[in-house]
Amino acid sequence: MRFNAVLWKEWIVFRRKWLSITMSAVVGPLLYLIAFGWGLGNTVSVGEVSYTSFVIPGIIAMNSMSTSFGVIANDINISRIYGKTFEAIMMSPIQMRTFTVARVTGGALRGLYTATIILLVSFLFHRDITIDAYFVIVLVLNCFVFSAIGFIAGILINSHADMAKVTSFVITPMSFLCGTLFPLDRFPKVLAIAFESLPLTQTVKALRSGVSDPSYLMSPMILAIYLIVFMLLAIRICRRAE
Amino acid sequence: MISYRNVSKKYNGLEAVSDFSLEIENGEFFGLLGPNGAGKTTLIRMTTTLTPITQGEIYVDGEPIDRDLTAIKQKFGIVPQYSTLENDLTAWENLELHGRFYGIAKNTRRERIEELLEFTELTDRRNDTAGTFSGGMQRKLMIAKSLMHGPQIMLLDEPTVGLDAASRRKIWDLMRRMNEDGLTIFLTTHYLDEAEALCSRVGMIDLGKLVMLGNPSEIISQTGKFALEYFKEGTTHQELFEEKEPAMEAAKLLQCDFKIRETNLEDAFILITNKGFGA
Repeated sequence: MRFNAVLWKEWIVFRRKWLSITMSAVVGPLLYLIAFGWGLGNTVSVGEVSYTSFVIPGIIAMNSMSTSFGVIANDINISRIYGKTFEAIMMSPIQMRTFTVARVTGGALRGLYTATIILLVSFLFHRDITIDAYFVIVLVLNCFVFSAIGFIAGILINSHADMAKVTSFVITPMSFLCGTLFPLDRFPKVLAIAFESLPLTQTVKALRSGVSDPSYLMSPMILAIYLIVFMLLAIRICRRAE
Repeated sequence: MISYRNVSKKYNGLEAVSDFSLEIENGEFFGLLGPNGAGKTTLIRMTTTLTPITQGEIYVDGEPIDRDLTAIKQKFGIVPQYSTLENDLTAWENLELHGRFYGIAKNTRRERIEELLEFTELTDRRNDTAGTFSGGMQRKLMIAKSLMHGPQIMLLDEPTVGLDAASRRKIWDLMRRMNEDGLTIFLTTHYLDEAEALCSRVGMIDLGKLVMLGNPSEIISQTGKFALEYFKEGTTHQELFEEKEPAMEAAKLLQCDFKIRETNLEDAFILITNKGFGA
């Protein structure tokens, strides 16, 4: 019931602000799709696929990551430092683990909403997108992983300015260096191996190759491990937060 | 009953609360007084598990407090100094959310919300978002929220700070009614008149230490019944007297404006700590 209470609040806020949420979810990806889909898509190819086919999974992974991370990180950070609503939670009888899992779920759902919007917009540019259970599972895992990271950042970081630095130095570089807009084999080998281990790379790889890759289970497994680690860390940090 | 046993809190080596011991009985209207930075809020935060205790223990009805002990948290209604309302939610939704957090059944929740909106005179604003409320209305909604789950103990941390006189009086009335309904009230304030008007027992805290404890009228009577107050050489001076006549005699010797008035808790505090409130 208390888990539902956290999600109920998220739903009320979402319902009240759905238009602005939807618009801001559409603008960025739409620009990427126009630039890389229409602009480059028909003239460039990556391996045997058109650049549009290549870039759409990257844009979906990238934006669902930044939404899942950003929504929860900023919301938790603001509710801790400015709104003080986080203190109301800590004073209430909700278990910190329940609260953490519920907030991470809320952030992940927002990421999935963004991904759905992008998919719908993507169909305007490219109809040949396969959405199967594997695609959905990978996307869900991606959203949960980055929502959990956002939760940790929201609790640990003590100012809004520092939160912007995390976005600039962690999220934005990851957006471009995890094979979202170009293949990892263009990097020197050492860098490619390092970037390969990041969760966003695993998401992009899995969304792009689907179950046709013989080692298709590897990426969801890596994402699941990331999720368990970050979720446990988030619960631990939440219990100790002041 | 809330029981503080040798409670201390240190922040980076600085002691905010020092060896604090106190027992607050069920049904009591207790006021903790002290200037800004005396340690009042730290005590409330430790009681509500927001701030870990460095040393000592706090018990509620014989059980030690802990952040994950939901049963103890159910006993508290908490009104912090600042708003903890969800500004994007309406008054009704804020209460609904609180009810859901506390696991109150749907029908009871709805009935309770109606009662509390009426109790705090917010029924007309039920569908307005909390962010649009004035300071006084937000404070009333905070009180309504803290009462949603039927707590036994109310912890109010300077609930009237920053409010105009009319709003303050309304909050006073709400606190009196809560106490009449059997709730234990633990109020922190630096408004001495508030404590004098409301509390059956007060404690005075200074530099994290409990420096005086007792009934307000008893404390005042210990300081003398009349105060002679005057402003001379850039400083306000005051002398305390048992009778009015000696105060008037002393005033005659002054070559400046003066005022003779009945003593209050502030005089007692100044006498004990040699400092004023709001410092």
